[in-house]
Amino acid sequence: MRTIRLGAGAGYSGDRIEPALELAEHGQLDYLIFECLAERTIAMAQQARRRDPEGGFDPLLEERMRAVLPACARNGVRIITNMGAANPVGAARRVAAIAAELGIARLRVAAVTGDDVLAVVLSGDYRFEESGEPVASRLDTLISANAYLGVEGIRDALAHGADIVITGRAADPALFAAPLAHEFGWPLDDAQRMGQATVVGHLLECAGQITGGYFADPGFKEVPDLARLGFPIGEVGEDGDVVITKLAAAGGCVTAATCKEQLLYEIHDPARYLQPDVVADFSGVEVEEIAPDRVRVSGGSGSAATGLLKVSVGYVDGYAGEGQISYAGPGAVARARLALDIVRERLTIIGTQARELRFDLIGVDALHGTESSRGHADPYEVRVRVIGRTASLAEATRIGNEVETLYTNGPSGGGGATKSVREIVAIQSVLIPRHLARPAVQFVEV
Amino acid sequence: MPKLRNLAHARTGDKGNTSNIAVIAYNPGDYELLRRELTPERVRTFFRGVVHGEVLRYELPRLGALNFVMSGALGGGVTRSLALDAHGKSLGSALLDIDIE
Repeated sequence: MRTIRLGAGAGYSGDRIEPALELAEHGQLDYLIFECLAERTIAMAQQARRRDPEGGFDPLLEERMRAVLPACARNGVRIITNMGAANPVGAARRVAAIAAELGIARLRVAAVTGDDVLAVVLSGDYRFEESGEPVASRLDTLISANAYLGVEGIRDALAHGADIVITGRAADPALFAAPLAHEFGWPLDDAQRMGQATVVGHLLECAGQITGGYFADPGFKEVPDLARLGFPIGEVGEDGDVVITKLAAAGGCVTAATCKEQLLYEIHDPARYLQPDVVADFSGVEVEEIAPDRVRVSGGSGSAATGLLKVSVGYVDGYAGEGQISYAGPGAVARARLALDIVRERLTIIGTQARELRFDLIGVDALHGTESSRGHADPYEVRVRVIGRTASLAEATRIGNEVETLYTNGPSGGGGATKSVREIVAIQSVLIPRHLARPAVQFVEV
Repeated sequence: MPKLRNLAHARTGDKGNTSNIAVIAYNPGDYELLRRELTPERVRTFFRGVVHGEVLRYELPRLGALNFVMSGALGGGVTRSLALDAHGKSLGSALLDIDIE
């Protein structure tokens, strides 16, 4: 039976680069696929593009491509990535230029566009799925609206001979399902096939998270050589079954346990995982260890897609101002609590206009609140953290400053104060009819 | 009393203001025990300071896994939350401390 080898080259935009190069060189891959767009990455990329019309794609695009292009060209590995972010055409031009510079000839680079639906969202009467408020209520600070496109545009680019396909927003699993649909000729309305293709994509899209990353728990779950964690390879047969594996020389491990954890990562109803091309059903999935670091995953299925596409809408939601300072030794927690009380009172005295404030003790209650930490012994050292959401940068700045003034005005022994401010780029979603976001493919030749 | 950590492992995921924790039995034979002990009500009580919405549980007997979907768990949503762990990635590890009879 014919098998297609898919490699995952990145699980997020800042991911390690060497594991992708190892796969390009030694993975005997057909495709190397980089998933680099988190929920809000594209909104931030859109802001970058407004500052520089040639920019707006992944900041690591150039470094990644310089690293893997020679090996991919030599070994005939095609590349698929959503590193185009807010500017897939600009990214494709950049990659073509890098290829030319590296002396790689006859490379066909395709950009898939059509995910930018800001105009569509603005012209309709849409409400956010999360808050129920009208999109129009955020009009002043709206940044971007990008639809999660499906398999079609990427598949068509491959069918027209693309060696490299660069997209903006696409459903993460579609980056992996598209080459399968292209190679095996699976129709996009074959829900059973597209359901299993979604399983394959979902398992691979977070790269190291299926080869032992986000997994180790010393004494319970051991993972060898995480500093050299290998990224996964999916060997997919014409029947859709996949064997997840990794390079023998790379660190990490592939076990039934790593595959089960990743299968359910970020899933709500496993029988109804909504995708642009299918409602995938993971409830019948079977996971079987067939050899060391080789796990077969089968049994994904699905039903017809909903006809709606999810759109991530990005907007500026004020500013976050933050300050931190540490206390240690006997009475550290009591002094830290005193510090929090002082800052709370100071923010009232100076009249800070914060829409939301948090007062955390890192080491005590910052992650899961006071309920979860009750009954646990006091730590040796503790870090005070105060953060607030404000309408203006100036207001945000005052929060960190008030923490910093604890040095000379606060409890005994406060050290290591830090402060920061940042703009909050928030994301909510709307659903639009599928026909309002059509993919288009544009080629750039070297 | 044995802890969940002795019987199962967990992974946490995030989408918007919703967190999901997959709890997976090391030994498939323990799945029924987990299903009986780890009710959505119990998980909601365990996270009462964190989860402000409902807790739904999906069962995956073929994988020996339970998937808990907790709404209102991420400080208003990953992208706007002021929490230190805005993704709630540390929640699954906390749940492993729960007692299993």
